[in-house]
Formats: sequence, C-alpha cells, structure tokens
Amino acid sequence: MAFEPKSPQKKLDYQELRIYSDAELNNYTEEELKNFKIKHSIPICDQLESGPWPSFVSDAKREALHRKKLGQGRMLMASEAVEDLLGQLEVSLIHGETHWKHGGIVGVSGYGGGVIGRYSDLPEQFPGVAHFHTIRLNQTMSKFYDTDFLRALCDLWEFRGSGLFNLHGSTGDIVFLGTITEQLEPIFQEAAHHMDQDIGGSGSNLRTPSCCLGRARCEFACYDTQDMCYDITMTYQDELHRPAFPYKFKIKFDGCPNCCVASIARSDIAIIGTWCDDIQIDQDAVKGYVSGKFAPNAGAHAGRNWGKFDIQAEVIDRCPTKCMKMDGDKLVINNGECVRCMHCINTMPRALKPGKDKGVMMLFGAKAPILEGAQMATLLVPFMRTEAPYDNVKGVIEKTWDFWMEEGKNRERLGELIQRKGLPTFLKAIGLPAAPHMVVTPRANPYVFWDPADVPGGHKRDIDDYRSRHAR
Amino acid sequence: MALSQDKFGIYNPEKPRENRITDIGPRHFWQYFPPVIQKNYGKWAYHDILEPGVMVHVAESGDKIFTVRVGAMRLMSVELMREACDIADKYCDGYLRFTTRNNIEFLCTDESKLAALKADLMSRKMQGGSYKFPIGGTGAGITNVVHTQGYIHCHTPATDASSMVKAIMDDLFDYFTGMTLPAKVRVSMACCLNMCGAVHCSDIACLGYHRKPPAIDHQFLSKMCEIPLVVTACPLAAISPATTEDGKKTVKIKEDRCMFCGNCYTMCPALPLSDKTGDGVVILAGGKLSNRISAPKFSKVVVPFCPNNFPRFPEVTANIKKIVEAYAKGAMKYERLGDWAERIGWEKFFEATGLPFTEHLIDDYRLAYDTYRTSTQFKFTDSAWAVSKAADGV
Repeated sequence: MAFEPKSPQKKLDYQELRIYSDAELNNYTEEELKNFKIKHSIPICDQLESGPWPSFVSDAKREALHRKKLGQGRMLMASEAVEDLLGQLEVSLIHGETHWKHGGIVGVSGYGGGVIGRYSDLPEQFPGVAHFHTIRLNQTMSKFYDTDFLRALCDLWEFRGSGLFNLHGSTGDIVFLGTITEQLEPIFQEAAHHMDQDIGGSGSNLRTPSCCLGRARCEFACYDTQDMCYDITMTYQDELHRPAFPYKFKIKFDGCPNCCVASIARSDIAIIGTWCDDIQIDQDAVKGYVSGKFAPNAGAHAGRNWGKFDIQAEVIDRCPTKCMKMDGDKLVINNGECVRCMHCINTMPRALKPGKDKGVMMLFGAKAPILEGAQMATLLVPFMRTEAPYDNVKGVIEKTWDFWMEEGKNRERLGELIQRKGLPTFLKAIGLPAAPHMVVTPRANPYVFWDPADVPGGHKRDIDDYRSRHAR
Repeated sequence: MALSQDKFGIYNPEKPRENRITDIGPRHFWQYFPPVIQKNYGKWAYHDILEPGVMVHVAESGDKIFTVRVGAMRLMSVELMREACDIADKYCDGYLRFTTRNNIEFLCTDESKLAALKADLMSRKMQGGSYKFPIGGTGAGITNVVHTQGYIHCHTPATDASSMVKAIMDDLFDYFTGMTLPAKVRVSMACCLNMCGAVHCSDIACLGYHRKPPAIDHQFLSKMCEIPLVVTACPLAAISPATTEDGKKTVKIKEDRCMFCGNCYTMCPALPLSDKTGDGVVILAGGKLSNRISAPKFSKVVVPFCPNNFPRFPEVTANIKKIVEAYAKGAMKYERLGDWAERIGWEKFFEATGLPFTEHLIDDYRLAYDTYRTSTQFKFTDSAWAVSKAADGV
C-alpha cells in the first residue's frame, strides 16, 4: 500500500520568510575572520581550534563576528552573546566548575514544557549570557529537512536568540540554545504561525518522541516508524506540553532490532519492529556473497583485509541459535528457532530480508542511571500487528500511563515503578498474561507473593483451630 | 508571510491569548523527503557503503539515493548551518538530514555530482584549520560522539563536554574516516550521571563524575529548597533534616554513604557538588544497543577516574586509544567491543588494554553480587599471579 501523507503542509519558502538580506548573510571576509579577536581572552578555548575534527570554538567565533558586524539593531538578543558564552566557558575551564545557575522557571503561555530556564552566575562579567534559556523544538521525524526550513530557522534564531543551537539534543529535539525571557513567547509564536512548527517536551511530561529513519531509506524497517512517531506525537500533544506525569516519559520507535535510535536503552516504552514468519531468502544472492561478488555487511569492513568471505564462519557459526546451515549451495534457516537478531540479514542484505508478516514489539522501562541505576527495557509484547491510527499500541500506552500516574512516586520512572511493584503487578495493570519470553530465566528464589485468591481459603487464619492441634 | 522583525513579532503582550495557536506539533515529515525517497518509501532493496562516509541505497525499482555523511559538532552556529544549506542546495536539491549521532547526511540523487560534493566538503576548513565537514562515520569505524551540554549550558556537569569530544575525535579521526575495526565502535559522552547522553550502553563511554559530597549552603537551604524532597531524593538515605546553631532549618549528610549522584542538588540548589579537584571522568566500555548476535548490554566501568585536564583531557584520550587499539588487534570480524571482552574474559581485557584494575572497579553498590565470579573458571594473567603472591601462594 502506497503511503499517503495524512496532513500535507504548506511548503515553507525561505525567500518569503527571511529576515536577513544576502549582503547581511555574507557580511565578513575570510581576512576579517582571520584577524578577529573576541572581546575576552580565551587561551584555553583557543587550543581547541587545532586538530582535524570540526572545532566548535572556530565555529562560535565566526558567529560572534557575524553578529558583531550585523550590529545590535539587527537582533533582539545581545549581539555579544556568543563572545560572552566563550568567555564564560573559558572561566569554567579554569575553575573546573560550571557557571550556570541551578533552575529558573520560565516558559511559554499555557505550556509547562519545552523551555528550560538558564542564568549565568557571572552576569556582570558576561552580560550577554546573563539570561540564556533553551527552547526545544520538535524535530521532524528522523531529522530530514530541506534548506528552506533550516534557513528560516537560522534567521529566526539569529534574530531572537544566540545564533547557536544543537542539532540535535539527545532526546531528538532541535535545541535553540540561549535567549532572553521576553523573547520566549515571540519565538514560539513566530515558529507556530509562520513555520507550522511546535516546541517539544521538557519536565515531567511526554518527551519529544523520536524514531529511526525507517522506510525512508532503510531496507530493514519492519513498520512505518515515521508515521507512527508522527501520529503518536500529534495524538499526545497535551501530554507533551503540559506536565501531568510523575517524571519524564520517553517513547522511541526503532524499525528493527538493530535499534538505531537506542529505544531499548533510552525509552520508557520502546516500540521495535519485527516479523513473525520466515526470513526471505534469495538463493542467487547467497551465491553472490559466497562467490565474492557482493561485499558482506554492505562493505562495512572494506578498510581492512579480512580475507575472503566465509559464510560458515561469518554467518552460520555466528548465529546465536545455530538455526542456519548450508545444504549444498543453498542456505537453509530453521525459522522456528530464529530470534531475529539481524546478524545474517545485516551481513547479507541482498540475500536475506525480514519476513513479510511484520509488526512491532513493545518493551518497557528503560532509563539512564538516575535514580535507581540504569535499566534496559523489558520485552513484554512479543508481536503486534498494527496500522494507523495504531489504536492497539495507544491502548497499551494509555494503560501504562494510568498505572504509572496512579502508583508512581514523584520522580519515579516507569522502570523503577515496575521494579518496586514487581513485573507481575504491571502485567496485570496493562492486561497481559505472563510468558517465559519476558524473562531470561525463571526466578531462582521461591519468595512468591501469593495472592489470597490463589490459595484455597484465602489468607484468613484461625488461631483457635491451629491451637486445637498444637499446644502452646 | 515573512518572519517578523519587530520586538514581539506577532505576539501581542497586551492581549496574550489573541490569535494564539498551540499543539500543532512538528512539521510533517513527508515534504522533507527527496522525491526519490517519496517514490520508493518502504521499497528499498539493499545498500552499499561505497567508501567511508558514502553510501548508496538501491530501491526495488532500481532507483538510487547517495548519502554523504559528515561529522558535525552538536553545538553548531547558524553560520555553519547556512553553509551546510548552501552545499545541499548546490548538490542535493536542498535536502539533508541529521543522524542520531549528530552527523549531517547530504542526500544526493544525481550520481554525477557526487565527486564534486565530496571534494567540496573536504575542501572547507575552519579558520583554525579543522575540517568543517569531514566525511566518514560509517561501517566498522567510529562515528560521531554523542554528548551533552557540559559547561556550555548545563548547571550540574562534573566535566565539560564539547571540549572533551573535540579532543577525543581529533585523536580518533582516522577511525572516523576509515573502516578498519572489527565492528562499529560507538563512543559517547555525558557530563554527569543524569546521562542526558545516555552513555550507559556504548562501546566506550566517558562520564563526568563528582567525588566529593555536596557542600551545604546552610544559611539559604531552607529558603531555596523543600527539605522533605531533598531528604527523599537521596537513593542511599544519607540526608536527614537538621537545624543550624542559629536555629535555621537545614540538612545533614552522612558523607560515607554518599556516592555523589547529585540527586540532592537536582532537588536543591543549596547542595552543590561540583569541585575542581573532586570532579573528573569515568570511562566505561563494552556496552551496546543492537540485538545483533548478542543481547544489548550495559557499559562497564574500566577506568574509575581521569582528571579534568582541560581542554585536551590527555588521560581520557590515552585510555580510549588503549581500548580501541587492543580491541582492533584482538577482536574477530563483526565482534563488538563488549562481546570481545566477554569472549576473552574481563581479566584478559585488562591485560590486553594495559588498564590497571583497582578495587574501585569491583561493584559495591546494589546487586553487586551479580558481578562477582562464582566459578572456578578464570584465566591466568599477571594480576592473578599478583593475588597469589599476596596470599603467599607462589
């Protein structure tokens, strides 16, 4: 079925949106850049200009020069913000301590998330970054853009902010780095009205969902990660923008078990594509790999001589379940034993493809260490066929939220709550039966919390009845 | 309609609710796909890495899209972004994307433009001499280091991020532009335990860490903080309410229980942890996310502390180099760093890398017992003989 975009948007035209003229965008020469000194002495930062990897110091300096030559009349944030940021960084490197203050509650009207307040603790020394708040913008799915959008973003951010951003933040958002309080609402409104572009999440709410590049450019994607991520982002705008949760909540979408957006380690709910039928085999292409016609692993090992491709050593013997063998020159897979680890498919993408009956798995409770230590997501839903509008996936998400909002303590991630209450309790809450695929091994301790309903006569005891048989 | 150029733009502070639109979400993705992607969406047959950083994806229809991947700084100016846009306009019909590891990918349909695109990218240098758009980051190599804000924008870091990543990537540059390793190696960096960079499942992870308990701002604590929240924030119950001699409500800390996680500071600005000599970098290794061959696994602490020697972090980069080189030498094709360490045994890992094993690497936190060796199976290494000697056994 051909994918039909459900909500096509008006294409943005940079020439209509732009703030700066071509002359303003090209307002310095290489010679001026070479001779440019920022207003602070930063010998430690200067050392970071050498070496081959792109230097953020060199990059920031040219933005500083560009802003200086544009002049304060052509922007609403301090034109020296970048110079002061570098100056404060230099002091931080000398002190070995950050100079950003803790906290600062700022935001846009009606939203509780998407803006992070930040103030310098050296405002007299570095007035250009005295207020330096972050705005998170909801990235497009898989971070595909065109230059009209990005150029408009650059103009908006140079005019109303510092001219520095993160592409992208760890959760996925476009991060506008550093503006003043009075510009927060104007930036939001400009983005919303002129660019059809909303801000993302921060605080105790749904964080900006993110997905792998899926069907856009990957042969492995087992479901439409972009469409599901977009649909869920749009469905849960209220949860994204208005904190009502015990703590942050992340949902990430990976098209296959290769997990390119790290959903399995970084999201409270990880939705990962898989298949439940047989791996598709093109035996001619298998021969192509064996004969050396095709480079294994798409040529990923081309930088070193690993010798001739050996399908026995490199694929069959590496299979974690040993479910493959060669029968003459044919590859045979015992699909019932396959755990869909992707190694054979990654190694021979022209010969092997995921099965045709595709769906998603749902895993729960991953998080980084704070507070109770790092947790990986736990596989609970082994397979789920789903189609837009993904009502069955949303049903599980909403049951999870009901449980977490009812039982979760302040600043308790879902994974920690599941630990505290026990996985069986969570399974009951989201209405799933227990199954061995949810555990690596069954429990080694016998300390089962038997429910009274599971025991004949319940937990009610009669001490007199007991004493009728046992003297004190 | 142009972006506004007056102070408040279309926002009217006098009537803040006027014409307000909210909850419109992000731009829809479909319009940002090059036509060849729209046409072949979900119908890709296979891909090849033509050379480091350059890929071709081939659709069932035979259509192709070429991708040139370049390393990029996560902290980026609008000037650099505009330059990337100029490049994308010239060679790629205006399309580009970003990877989850902060690389830029230029998406090119016209194969005839590929050589010129690559030459153009590698010709662009910063004033200080570094590349602006170095090509690489694919296959069995080291791609961009994901990282956090550090001193650039964060209020809790134990180290800086952008400078450390610059130092690391300068050192590992040949692994970025090449594909000479047994498998991909993912290096990540987070400047405190909050791990905004989620380094906990990376092949090699650098983690900013504090080593001193919080300083207590007794005179202001009760004004700035909710004491019950501070007390419950501590995962080790090291914090309890107290009163100063002049009668102010405050907290006291059992310092021997503190493992410097910083939760208390998150809840209370009057409990800062950062300290020039206390703070530094932990190096972890052997984690991964992919389910390929073996299950995803956490990174393990292999160097408990490196000092914050700004801006080049020589101890951090030297240790990373040791790990990467030992792995490159010892691992089998396709074997991720953690799988290699598990196959040869962690005792051999320390021998192969030359990293010292200290008592700081033996877990003494919750569930530590799961990491103790409860079998008779081990390999003889110099460190094993040192224990035997200490026990007067050899």
